[in-house]
Amino acid sequence: MAANNFRHALFCSIITLIISYPIIGFNLEAQGINVTLTGADASTVVMVLLAAVIVFLFQLFRDQIMGTLRSLPHPLPQSSKEPMAENRRAKIESWVLTGIVVLALFWPFFVSRGAVDLATLVLIYIMLALGLNVVVGLAGLLDLGYVAFYAVGAYTFALLSQYLGISFWLALPIGALLAALFGLVLGFPVLRLRGDYLAIVTLGFGEIIRILLNNWTTLTGGPNGIGGIPDPTLFGMEFGRRVKEEGNTSFHETFGIAYSGEHKVIFLYLIALVLAVFTALVIRRFMRMPVGRAWEALREDEIAARSLGLSRTAVKLSAFTIGAFFAGFAGTVFASKQGFISPESFVFLESAIILAIVVLGGMGSQIGVVLAAIAVTILPELAREFSEYRMLIFGAAMVLMMVWRPQGLMPMRRIHIELKRQE
Amino acid sequence: MQDLLYFSQQLINGLTIGSTYALIAIGYTMVYGIIGMINFAHGEIYMIGAYTALIAITGLAALGIAWLPLILIVALLCAMIVSSSMGWAVERVAYRPVRGRHRLIPLISAIGMSIFLQNYVHLAQGSRNIGFPALIDGGFNFGSGDGFQMSLSYMQITIFITTLICMTALSLFISRSRTGRACRAVSQDLGMANLLGIDTNRIISATFVIGAALAAVAGLLLGMYYGSVDPLFGFIAGLKAFTAAVLGGIGSIPGAMLGGLILGVAESMTSGYLSGEYKDVISFSLLILILLFKPTGLLGKPEVEKI
Repeated sequence: MAANNFRHALFCSIITLIISYPIIGFNLEAQGINVTLTGADASTVVMVLLAAVIVFLFQLFRDQIMGTLRSLPHPLPQSSKEPMAENRRAKIESWVLTGIVVLALFWPFFVSRGAVDLATLVLIYIMLALGLNVVVGLAGLLDLGYVAFYAVGAYTFALLSQYLGISFWLALPIGALLAALFGLVLGFPVLRLRGDYLAIVTLGFGEIIRILLNNWTTLTGGPNGIGGIPDPTLFGMEFGRRVKEEGNTSFHETFGIAYSGEHKVIFLYLIALVLAVFTALVIRRFMRMPVGRAWEALREDEIAARSLGLSRTAVKLSAFTIGAFFAGFAGTVFASKQGFISPESFVFLESAIILAIVVLGGMGSQIGVVLAAIAVTILPELAREFSEYRMLIFGAAMVLMMVWRPQGLMPMRRIHIELKRQE
Repeated sequence: MQDLLYFSQQLINGLTIGSTYALIAIGYTMVYGIIGMINFAHGEIYMIGAYTALIAITGLAALGIAWLPLILIVALLCAMIVSSSMGWAVERVAYRPVRGRHRLIPLISAIGMSIFLQNYVHLAQGSRNIGFPALIDGGFNFGSGDGFQMSLSYMQITIFITTLICMTALSLFISRSRTGRACRAVSQDLGMANLLGIDTNRIISATFVIGAALAAVAGLLLGMYYGSVDPLFGFIAGLKAFTAAVLGGIGSIPGAMLGGLILGVAESMTSGYLSGEYKDVISFSLLILILLFKPTGLLGKPEVEKI
């Protein structure tokens, strides 16, 4: 056994060297048309060797290490305790949530403009993740092209305001409904497909939308995007220093306060907050409604659900459409926040990030998804010095999460009865 | 005559690209045939193969070696070794621990791996695209002097010949060798093969290694053909190759070859007769249409839903 272990360990460490040394140890440098090769500095080479040694030692003493890890006490002792009574937990939860929302309402008045801006972005991601949670977490349909609906929402607002001068408040429902329509039209034919085929088709659809946006230069401006998207107004009051549109007044003049750029940022934040809370509440309702139960039933066992008379197409289509609707919502807010959009914002990576938020939070769990959205958006901002390693860590975290805790940080809990095993 | 020449030119370009798609598609189709998952990181393995080949070529040039066949063979071997090791390691780290869980879990793990590998190369080699030296240039020209000239470059001939060799070797390997037979057995029934004494873990690793090696060949060939590499170029190529695999019927090796060729020709016809920008749209639309009307692909076997 020992000799076997040793051979395996040696093999693994050699593989580690092979996959890391050529790529990390040599740097290609392009000078004009000529490419030259330079060796990396000594510290990098030492790191690579060190990694190989660590892999070797780990594989050699694998059984012992895993044994020790398993005998360690569980890091979260509470997890083995009896869960709280369901109705008490629900009561505490609703109080805590209300408290957080109230806090979030007043919070922007005391912090810097950058923080509020970031918080708006977090709220947009929360909306997106809650929407995708319906599709992936509840209905179990893997959608890798979710960003396409986000793009539909954003571009709808941008184009409507550019060509027809439509304001944010009118564009919000139009954008969301148009995105939902896209979801319906795409979903109708493809939802018959099996899980992973569906994933690829939605990915392809996302790419098609992006390529179209990129190349339909006459309408969308192509890679240059669309700029000058107006800010939302409050009952006809604008937040700029000067009023841009006839008939509108400006916010600071109406209330007789000094102009400040922060008003606009805070106002956008509040809109995003209200919409995010609205999204969460609506989806929460849906989850308790028959259609929500049907989503989950279909996810758990399609054949059993169909034999009980659920229409597969109708149930899946409703999840897909509702998910797309909220993506359109988020897209409109995003366009208004940025003031400028281009196809660059709607690449596949964005879909992957939203998916990662849903998976990280625990598929189906709303609170988990909200927490994950906050973590995924804010952590990279805090760790600016690691920003180049951001996506590397992100990818690795996705893999590790699937290996160690596929149910997510806060898996969804349902009222259920567990049958006690007879002793 | 002019039109015919133009058409043949598009056909040749399409077959060139298509045969390399087929090489990558085999990796997808073999893995899917055996463990039923989409190896999303396969495109990145292909990209790493291209990078390794470029590193080997530049290294050899720096050493002063100029004999072309030696350069090509060394680059090919390096790329195949590094890519295969990568394929093995990826399976071991990201796929084996999640095998047998819910369908979405290996897929998400694979997406994570794909992002990881992209950024791994991005960090090590920079995000700019790097020129790939054109080692094989020149070719034949057909057609009259003033009209459209059809060209068949030596590079394209090399691609055809290399792909042909690889495909023949793979077919022989699958149909004749002991491991190949085991591969077929495992793809028919994993549990039963296990009972009959086949080390299924080894066979699964072997499919990843073989797929990665073929992707590395494609990496070298396409790198030279396009003349540049960058860390993102595996993503789209991987998607195209997956389309090709689905087109031919996923799980079927001859299907992957056929699908690659059809996709390549469809793409080059689109860019030849319509517009180059929309060729990706065409291939994805093709994918969607195939999945809608013939989900088993051209040569795939229909799948029976068991209760």
